[in-house]
Amino acid sequence: MAFYDELQQQKEWVKAEHRSVDRALIEYILHKRKLTLADFWALISQEAEPYLELIAGKAHELSKRFHGQSVLLYAPIYLSNYCVNKCIYCSFNHSNKLLRKKLTVEEVEEEAKALAATGIRHVIILTGEAPNRAGLAYLKECINVLKKYFSSITLEVYPMVTEDYREMADLGADGLTIYQETYDEKLYDEIHLAGPKKNYRFRLDAPERACLAGFHSVNIGALLGLAPWREEALYTAFHLQYLQDHYPATMVSVSFPRLRPHVGSYDPAFPLSDKNLVQLLLAFRVFLPQAGITMSTRERADFRDHLIPLGVTKMSAGSMTTVGGYAKPASDSGQFDISDDRSVDEVKAAIIKAGYQPIMQNWCAF
Amino acid sequence: MMDYLELGGRKLRSRLFIGTGKYNNDKLIPDIAARSGAEVITVALRRVNLSNPEDNILLQIPKEVQLLPNTSGARNAEEAVRIAHLAEAAGCGKWIKIEIIPDNKYLLPDNQETVRATEILAKEGFVVLPYMCPDLVMGKRMAEAGAAAVMPLAAPIGSNGGLQTKEMIRLMIEEIALPIIVDAGIGRPSDACMAMEMGAAACLLNTAIASSPDPLLMAEAFGLAVKAGREAYLAGLGPVGQAEASSPLTGFLRGED
Repeated sequence: MAFYDELQQQKEWVKAEHRSVDRALIEYILHKRKLTLADFWALISQEAEPYLELIAGKAHELSKRFHGQSVLLYAPIYLSNYCVNKCIYCSFNHSNKLLRKKLTVEEVEEEAKALAATGIRHVIILTGEAPNRAGLAYLKECINVLKKYFSSITLEVYPMVTEDYREMADLGADGLTIYQETYDEKLYDEIHLAGPKKNYRFRLDAPERACLAGFHSVNIGALLGLAPWREEALYTAFHLQYLQDHYPATMVSVSFPRLRPHVGSYDPAFPLSDKNLVQLLLAFRVFLPQAGITMSTRERADFRDHLIPLGVTKMSAGSMTTVGGYAKPASDSGQFDISDDRSVDEVKAAIIKAGYQPIMQNWCAF
Repeated sequence: MMDYLELGGRKLRSRLFIGTGKYNNDKLIPDIAARSGAEVITVALRRVNLSNPEDNILLQIPKEVQLLPNTSGARNAEEAVRIAHLAEAAGCGKWIKIEIIPDNKYLLPDNQETVRATEILAKEGFVVLPYMCPDLVMGKRMAEAGAAAVMPLAAPIGSNGGLQTKEMIRLMIEEIALPIIVDAGIGRPSDACMAMEMGAAACLLNTAIASSPDPLLMAEAFGLAVKAGREAYLAGLGPVGQAEASSPLTGFLRGED
């Protein structure tokens, strides 16, 4: 059965699920060796909110045992903000008046040098969706340059067919990040006004195509704030479990991007509180202990620091979300406003202060 | 007479091998090695950052200790072989622990791919220590393929589960004429001691030390436990069971003598 069909079944289940959640159930769940999706649903329920400290204890213990006391640092490089899509929540929306830029290969090398000088070894490269301007050939050129400076390259670009993903993986990109934005198909259609991104199923199946193509790691998530967060969390957890079960050779991980101020006028319909985000993170850690959890600079510095002992395995640091932001810091708008603008060294110091070790490299091309 | 483990041309006095992952500070590693007495330390090559001395874990490995790079991240034999070559090119020597793990849920190794990688690397002169799921048939194949030792897991990595695969390991110790090094899942010093009492050549562990509230003290405890288990094995353990009555079945023959 395709993932899409299994997801529909899951949506029906959510409507029918009525298990009563209390302290006894939370304690029972936390003692289980292997949790079910129903257990995850209980952990993120409103009734579970008074028991976050209990869940945090388990999350911390699992995190320490399976991931150790270290956090891997990475940074994004925005290669191009040209985009043919009209997504109402994104600064790169084709309709937005934004200074559009695409780095030349020479400029990519300047960016790489500037970023590598901060000690970063893991990068994620991003583009809008504009295959005619920044398509497969361009990405290949960029990967060939970036390989000289970084030990791990993750793509966060428009969804591709399996063959194109395979070419990227064979060339040396080891990871893929792609956010579904929302698993609500009707809402998805409403917030993507035009462009190839309107194709819900093509995007939904992209992580699976990436696994088939041989990426070592695949990172997913929903853009939190677009739809009621508990349902989005459940479908994301289901998606993560599906990928882990069907493609066990792939290291799967999850992010929790919360809608941030951006160019454009869209305000999140279902804003997520800090407490909600913590509950979400804890539930994921306990539900899938081996999965990675990534936290970007969308979140505030002090908030990110508190999350370190709760199960975060990867954090961005010293990030620029403008195109060409490292070599030539720009005043134009990035994809979203950054909340944690600390340098790499400052983030490293914060991780050490939390009793953890910042790691710059946990991959090598082979 | 000193009891050594002969492996890859070295005579090892300590039969405790340790890992380097999961610490909150890699600078602890030299002290962990010293307190545990370990003479073999495994490092994931993916962690080796030659471009930044501050982040280069290799600098924490004491010079007198044998470095055992591992192929963590490999999903098949080809990837493991490539990593081994990279390790050698990075100056890590010819010892290699093969870790081929196509299962990121339980981190269980692929025995079949491990046999293939063992054969390739052993022919190239590597000292190959393959990490595997306890299986006598596959263990023998690894031995035939040229492994220097075989490393069956006690329990899944990070589980601290103890000797969950005890009987399978026992069979391997009895039937394979190579050092059997119990690796992964050892949670307590008593687990390590039990493995050594059974006749394991050594134990390799990481999580149990790294995740302890006092890693240095735990490292020392494991060193002592492995030593105690080995000495008990050498001394010869007494049989388990009830004392026998004097001569219940053959007492009738006494008069004949």
